[in-house]
Amino acid sequence: MSSDAGSVPLVRRGLSDLAIRNLFVIATILFLVLFNVFPLFYSLFLSFADYSATGTKAPVWVGLKNYRDILNDPDIWKTFSLTGRYVLITVTGQVVVGFGMALMLNRPFRGKGLVTTLLLLPMMMSMAVVGLFWRLLWDTKLGIINYLVGLKGFVWLSSPDWALIAIAITDIWMWSPFVMLLGLAGLSAIPQHLYEAASIDRASVWFIFRRITLPLVAPLLLIAIIFRTMEAFKTFDLVYNMTGGGTNTELVSIKLYNLAFMQWNTGKSCALAYILLIMVIAISNIYIKYLNKAKER
Amino acid sequence: MPEVQPKRYKVINGMIVASVVAVMLAYLIPFYWICSTAFKSRLDAATVPPTVFFRPTVTPFVKLVTKRAQRRNVVTPRQYEGAKWYEKLVYDEGERIITRSEYLNRFANSIIIASLSTLLALGLGTLTAYGFSRFKVPGEKDWLFFILSTRMLPPVVVAIPIFLMYRKLGIYDTHAGMILLYTALNLSLSVWLMKGFIDDVPAEYEEAAMVDGYTRFQAFWKIVLPQLRTGMAATAVFCFITAWNEYALALMLTSQKAQTAVPFIPSQIGSGLTDWSTIAAGTFVFLLPVVFLTYFLRNHLIKGVTFGAIRK
Repeated sequence: MSSDAGSVPLVRRGLSDLAIRNLFVIATILFLVLFNVFPLFYSLFLSFADYSATGTKAPVWVGLKNYRDILNDPDIWKTFSLTGRYVLITVTGQVVVGFGMALMLNRPFRGKGLVTTLLLLPMMMSMAVVGLFWRLLWDTKLGIINYLVGLKGFVWLSSPDWALIAIAITDIWMWSPFVMLLGLAGLSAIPQHLYEAASIDRASVWFIFRRITLPLVAPLLLIAIIFRTMEAFKTFDLVYNMTGGGTNTELVSIKLYNLAFMQWNTGKSCALAYILLIMVIAISNIYIKYLNKAKER
Repeated sequence: MPEVQPKRYKVINGMIVASVVAVMLAYLIPFYWICSTAFKSRLDAATVPPTVFFRPTVTPFVKLVTKRAQRRNVVTPRQYEGAKWYEKLVYDEGERIITRSEYLNRFANSIIIASLSTLLALGLGTLTAYGFSRFKVPGEKDWLFFILSTRMLPPVVVAIPIFLMYRKLGIYDTHAGMILLYTALNLSLSVWLMKGFIDDVPAEYEEAAMVDGYTRFQAFWKIVLPQLRTGMAATAVFCFITAWNEYALALMLTSQKAQTAVPFIPSQIGSGLTDWSTIAAGTFVFLLPVVFLTYFLRNHLIKGVTFGAIRK
């Protein structure tokens, strides 16, 4: 696009296009290298070292010991299986509830704008704060939830069996609207004439849903699913503010936080951070690939 | 929609209306609860079963901005009469005010850090997006991918080395440290969203301006930028909300001076009985700006949450 053809004078005043491009692009890249890449290299180094940030000793190279320790720790497998369960419950819940809401709202009615905006509020809020006020809603005695569903004195967040479910429900409440938003975008893009043709053929509602609606919304739903999977995998704020990681809710981010900032086992925490990082990179690669696909459509 | 027999259609329609109402209730009740708790006296907030009807009071907000102690001596009627309205409210709950609380400082920190980091991220992001949009950048896709991938990093993973780095540089728990960090956090979103908006502005405008003797930078500044107003506003709001809501990094990289409101609100939960009405008041004040900004953003939400990949 930076052609010097035609009437554009050959000698331009000011900075050349090349200089401007480099200046504009390199600034951001440098910034991100400084704040993301450099720290990650530093923690890669620390993951091979015995080091505590609160100690006075310099890092000592120990090779793969940190990684070995983590993978041999039975607790870590419990953490991973807990995280997996959490991801499965929340993402399934969000897709079912969110897509359900999208199907219900995909028709014109009075006050639609207001309803949609209201539904989208939770996901714009701070997860930490949402977690905090849901802690009040789940409270055994003061909680409105127990009161509404008629479970007097039922223990949620302090129960090893129910705490994770309660947090997952909160997560579903907060992020189903995200799936709904993408679902609505997908639904509204389906050409109306497909439905008209199907209704002329007297196709059943179920058939229309399975053969027209679902396949055409699928790409956007997939983006929602991958995005939510990644976020659920990283969940920290919500859990930390609802149970602090106690009562069987120590997800991998919480475990990492405890290792790094409670036990100050910096070397080992960097190793766990790298294991987590590799998993996240794998998911985000899939995600970005699909985003690009959606963009090209 | 397919033609269905009228009776069946009515039943289905009724079911849909019922589920819409159920969903709305599920979303309204938590909001109602947090708003109403913020206006409850301590007694009303601690009632079992929970009270739905109560006499609203602003006491929680007074308590939010003050530090108080249990009142030992009885307040004489004279003292009570001479007290200011907010002192009376606190006396009524058996406490007295010592000094201002930290909440206002934390709230101010949130505003300062979120605004300045938004400005930086937006400015830098717009320039970079322009660079990517208008010029051939070698390995463009890879660079954009790299920029986006920084957004996917789990905060705890980044926080450990940043903590060590900041401690060494002496910017742990400083405004500057948090502003820079949030700028880095928001750059990816800003670049991706702004690139979408700039792509929508035809390049011919600037070419024409440059034929008229503008430099490239003047053309960018005077021709392109004015057309990006809506896009920049939407991007800025997204960045602001992200920084405003951010919790994990603030928790790990600040302790007092530069602490924002989010990590402060939960830290009010002490041991013993939790004063939920004061916490609800803090939450209420904190969430209010987000509600307004979300309303302002409502038409751009899908762009924002998918980094500009999906436009409606």
